[in-house]
Amino acid sequence: MSVLALGLSRVSYETRLYFRSPDTLFFTFFFPFIMLGIFTAAFSSAGNFGTAADGTGGVSVGAYYLPGMLAAGMLLSGVQNLAVDIAGEKGDGTLKRLGGTPLSPLSYFIGKIGQVFVTAILQAGLLLLVARFLLGISLPSDPEKWLTFAWVFILGVITSALLGIALSAIPRTGRSATAVVIPIVLVLQFISGVYLQFTNLPEWMQNLASVFPLKWMAQGMRSVFLPDTFAAAEQTGTWNIVGVALALGLWLVVGLVLSRVTFRWIRKDS
Amino acid sequence: MESRSPVVRVRDLRKSYGTLSAVDGVSFDIAAGETFALLGPNGAGKSTTIEILEGYRDRSGGEVSVLGVDPHRGGLDWKARLGIVLQTSGESGNVTVTEQLRHFAGFYPNPRDVDEVIDAAGLRDKAGTRISKLSGGQRRRVDVALGIIGRPELLFLDEPTTGFDPEARHQFWDLIRGLKADGTTILLTTHYLDEAAQLGDRAGIIAGGELIDIGTIDEVGGAEARIPLVRWRDASGTVQEERTAEPARVVAGLVANLNGAEPRELEVIRPSLEDVYLALVRGHDTQGGAAAARGDEAPDASPTSTKGAA
Repeated sequence: MSVLALGLSRVSYETRLYFRSPDTLFFTFFFPFIMLGIFTAAFSSAGNFGTAADGTGGVSVGAYYLPGMLAAGMLLSGVQNLAVDIAGEKGDGTLKRLGGTPLSPLSYFIGKIGQVFVTAILQAGLLLLVARFLLGISLPSDPEKWLTFAWVFILGVITSALLGIALSAIPRTGRSATAVVIPIVLVLQFISGVYLQFTNLPEWMQNLASVFPLKWMAQGMRSVFLPDTFAAAEQTGTWNIVGVALALGLWLVVGLVLSRVTFRWIRKDS
Repeated sequence: MESRSPVVRVRDLRKSYGTLSAVDGVSFDIAAGETFALLGPNGAGKSTTIEILEGYRDRSGGEVSVLGVDPHRGGLDWKARLGIVLQTSGESGNVTVTEQLRHFAGFYPNPRDVDEVIDAAGLRDKAGTRISKLSGGQRRRVDVALGIIGRPELLFLDEPTTGFDPEARHQFWDLIRGLKADGTTILLTTHYLDEAAQLGDRAGIIAGGELIDIGTIDEVGGAEARIPLVRWRDASGTVQEERTAEPARVVAGLVANLNGAEPRELEVIRPSLEDVYLALVRGHDTQGGAAAARGDEAPDASPTSTKGAA
């Protein structure tokens, strides 16, 4: 089989494994749903977000948090999922076994990134369905918005997946992986406008978050799902969609280089 | 494959970690179709040697050729000709036996039939069970099944039957004999000397990073170490022993001396591979590891004392 065909067979294998792992299902796949549910339940009584003085505009709490949860899903599906998964495979001998077979590392990467892609699409699709039909959030009808959604999603998910592969090099053992990875991912979510309203964060925190990709994923998603009146509250007073593309593109290259440089089937000891 | 050149060729292999020498000048060949058992105590350098041959570790010195390729530069085509059964691993195993074998079969250009391998490995009843739900011995069979699914020319078996019950071990031996009959070259490490004797054509004994002896299973250790031992209890109740190349003649003499009576507790003991192995390894230890235990005295004296203590 060719490298690509084997990669595709890895995608289906990896995706099957993903859905058979209860930990992954809870902390990666369903986590954004749980958070969206909690925020909606907790803050609904506070009324709509962003309502103008005359009582017009504004969106429900659920609608406000939806873009952040979509961005969080992209980050979790890529960074958290793969960093923990690959560090675990390194620790339990899976990678050593694969390294002794004629499986190309490229096929392995295709399998991992493909798994992230498939699961992230299912997650986002399900989130949108829940938002639309359970929470009654109206979704954009403008095709241009959905085009933005598509490229932010694809770029964000690939970047996340590559950064996850790169991050998997850091934990010394499979068991310490969650302890290393989850705090990083959690802090990023707090400073990047997933759980806290980004536009209300202090400027220094906004600037710090701008160094990392999650802020840009969340911003890209806000530009799709929030009314354009909300753009005024952003850092530059616009959605800065070009900035989103540049930041994610840059992190994609960083992720590609880091994962290429750091990935080993096993740690050689010489 | 070139029929004359060895499948594995190792010359003066060295591997050091800082000042510690894990493998210190090991040389051996493995011919096509041969099963070679690499024996030695824990920490002797067996696994380091085998992992260098598998391409997992880089050597510090010497020459190594596996299927005509330097493992350090072995590519995917080379790996496709190998089967590797590592020492036990703790993979999570959220796939069934069949799924895992089918998936791995896809890595190889000319794999064995998945169902045949499942049958050969004695996993038919467990084919639809997730690997995580299997017992240790069953998981080990999956490891072996994954090692042979690619129809390897050369199979590495690193302590393959650790944790097997005796019946499972015998089934495993049958599986390996089948592979030998198919012409598979096998490099085996094991702590079970009976296993090495059952499966091996030749054995190399490694201690302290050095190959202290090498030869066919019934010759390793030298002729001296193989001399049978006759043991009996004499009239005064003392245990007597005599090492002799002619045990039948000694026994006949005993019977004649007793005027045809049966000598008490008579035994004729042929040193097993285990006796020979222990003698070699102990001889190596007492010599401080520097000189190989090939001298006449050490292997000669020890099997007797070994048996005497048993």
